[in-house]
Amino acid sequence: MSVFDGLRFRKVHSPIHNLDPRIKFVYVIAIFVVAIIFYQIIPLLILFLMQIPFVLLARVQRQWLRSLRGAAFLATFIFVVNVATTFFTSGYHFTAPNVENAAAMTLRFVVLIESFSVFFLTTSPDHLGLALEESRVPYEFAFAFTTAVRFVPVLAEEAQTIMDAQKARGLELEKGGLLKRIRNYVPVLIPLIVSAIRRSLELAEAMESRAWGATKKRTNLYALKLHKGDYALVAITVGILIAAVYIRLYVPIPTIASLL
Amino acid sequence: MAIIETKNLTYTYPGATKPSIVDVSIKVEKGEFVLITGPSGCGKTTLCRTFNGLVPHFYQGELKGEITVAGIDTLKHHTYEMAKHVGLVFQNPENQLFALSIEKDVAFGLENVGVSREEMRRKVDWALNQTGIYDIRERSPHEISGGQQQRVAIASVLAMEPEVIVLDEPTSFLDPLSAEKIFEVIYKLNKEQGITVILVEHRLDLTAKYTNHLIVMDQGTVRLEGDPRKILNSEETRLIGVGIPKATLLYQMLKKEGLNLGDTTPLSSEELADRLLEALKPQ
Amino acid sequence: MIEAQDIRYSYANKVEALKGASLTIKDGEFVAIMGQNGAGKSTLVKHFNGLLKPSQGKVLVDGVETTKSSVAALSRNVGFVFQNPDHQLFSETVEEEIAFALKNFGFKPEVIKERVTWALNLMSLTQYRKTSPFLLSGGERKRVALASVLAWDPSTLILDEPTIGQDHEQKDKLRQFIMQMQTQNKTVVTVTHDVEFVAECNPRVVLMKEGRIVADGVGKEILTDPALLEMSSIVLPQIAQVFMKLAPLGFPKDVIDIYEAKAAILKAKESIRLK
Repeated sequence: MSVFDGLRFRKVHSPIHNLDPRIKFVYVIAIFVVAIIFYQIIPLLILFLMQIPFVLLARVQRQWLRSLRGAAFLATFIFVVNVATTFFTSGYHFTAPNVENAAAMTLRFVVLIESFSVFFLTTSPDHLGLALEESRVPYEFAFAFTTAVRFVPVLAEEAQTIMDAQKARGLELEKGGLLKRIRNYVPVLIPLIVSAIRRSLELAEAMESRAWGATKKRTNLYALKLHKGDYALVAITVGILIAAVYIRLYVPIPTIASLL
Repeated sequence: MAIIETKNLTYTYPGATKPSIVDVSIKVEKGEFVLITGPSGCGKTTLCRTFNGLVPHFYQGELKGEITVAGIDTLKHHTYEMAKHVGLVFQNPENQLFALSIEKDVAFGLENVGVSREEMRRKVDWALNQTGIYDIRERSPHEISGGQQQRVAIASVLAMEPEVIVLDEPTSFLDPLSAEKIFEVIYKLNKEQGITVILVEHRLDLTAKYTNHLIVMDQGTVRLEGDPRKILNSEETRLIGVGIPKATLLYQMLKKEGLNLGDTTPLSSEELADRLLEALKPQ
Repeated sequence: MIEAQDIRYSYANKVEALKGASLTIKDGEFVAIMGQNGAGKSTLVKHFNGLLKPSQGKVLVDGVETTKSSVAALSRNVGFVFQNPDHQLFSETVEEEIAFALKNFGFKPEVIKERVTWALNLMSLTQYRKTSPFLLSGGERKRVALASVLAWDPSTLILDEPTIGQDHEQKDKLRQFIMQMQTQNKTVVTVTHDVEFVAECNPRVVLMKEGRIVADGVGKEILTDPALLEMSSIVLPQIAQVFMKLAPLGFPKDVIDIYEAKAAILKAKESIRLK
């Protein structure tokens, strides 16, 4: 699914990739908040355009555009619903402000999706895991996250092998109506689940054998240190928040319709 | 000084109809390289897990008899305490590595114990170097070969600086060449670092030459124990179904036909070849 | 008959696993495909039942191109036994497990009953007919997987790394099983890196390296060629290692069988004695 393409990580080194994930996350939350504060199209447009320098600096344009394409379907749906609602409630009129409003709502949705997409595109699972470990989240969660990410390619390969093995016994996954097709996946799901259980057992054995649970005060081989870029991002985030609140409270925002 | 000593060890997994190990009494001296072998289901895997307390703490059930490892009674101590003294390397390379980079995996045990970052860095680098994987330390476990993965597993256990390393069929999934490399790493750790090694293996043709303490198990009991040269020569071993190295078999067959190739049983092709060159020298 | 004509295959991530492999396997042959991990052995044999279709070149099974047939249709004649039996076991009883493929292939219920009983007998699993496959030991589960493939009596059997994790007895039984299949004129193709096992069976050996076939011929010739083996990262069988060292005494170099070794050595001893 192309919307997930936006969430998958690439091994690239860029100034954005090297930023502390915790700071990046705070930035994304700030964008989220600002997007909610405004309902006019002009500030939302500015917010959207502000993502682009980050995307370009991180060199993830292609993946980001792909995720945009993926979000396009849902975005169109939101737009159409908004326009339709105002159409029906305002007595069957299409007015420029209403259309503009619908576009603003759609853009708000897109900004939210895309800022998270940039976050996940520029943060490696390792980095993310490390951020989780260093935050106040209990270690078990950080561990569950990194272990899950670590085994995704393994599970994917295993699923393929299991499908091959059953296909070699005459199982035809493409044939039949919906119900038959679902039932046909049972011989694939059961071995997959059993294998996952067996794997968990082996992992648990290995963990226990390497002193899991020895102390509550776990240490870490790596450390997340804040650099100049992180402080710059903090400054930018704070700046955006202050500007946003000020503008929202004191500056009247024209609609595009009124400017034309 | 015995580093591992068991007396009449008997264990039944919860829900099993019969015990997996029965009356096992063995003694392992510090610095030995012990080889445990036997047909599938003979109890060697269960025995390995008693050395660090997985049996009985992880598997529940009752462990009868006595066992002392590195001076500690495993029945009275948690597995995480045993982890500092006994490292366990398992059969499946993939399911022992959980971090996203190799060096983080090697550090896992040390992190769990709460070692300081500087000390951790030192020990991790040392373990990586000992197992020859320092160069790939930043790669992810999925990108490397099975042989390399097993070396990571060994390194991650080694980083804790245990007195004993137990390896349960570590080369099952590996090709013979990678298997040989693993055995060389283990042998080096035994000879140079003085770490006691307990290796469970089927492939005696590759491993018999490393040990002078062989334990043959069958159906939960220890049937033979001692010098591999004597044990591999005995009829009982053959009956149990252990895979005797071809070089040893050939020696026995030739001896039966009256060809004298020395009294000690050869364990490797080099040994047998040397004896044959001697015996077949033109008079 | 299986024919691979200069096939190339690339996985989705652009890695070219097969770089032009050609091979013909006649009915009733026993072939061992050997090589390092990643040499392309499994990739090659997965073309024989259509699981993979070549990006270039053709694969013909009994004259039919695999691209013109489904995996199910090809599997009817080419049975593939995967390395890990746990990747196929899912049924509530061993009986159902063995019947699974038979049902997929459209066998009639009476025939299915017959075949299941026959397969259970063949693999000494009759007492486990109503047992859940998950309760069986590793070796028993492997036999169930094998039985479930034999049940539909394919003319060709492909065994992917059948010796991994097996002890000496189990390998012996496997070897006898393959011999039995041979007497029934079945074609057996096994992918393996177990040199000692292959040395005991002495089949035709196909050696692969980096997606290409680098040797194809008589087992004892290939397994005693140190240059070939080193190039493909395979170790010499122990008997061959011994004879490699005895070469200066004039011994033949292509010995991998222990009985042949014994005979050769005793003969040499005799001739020395007589001098």
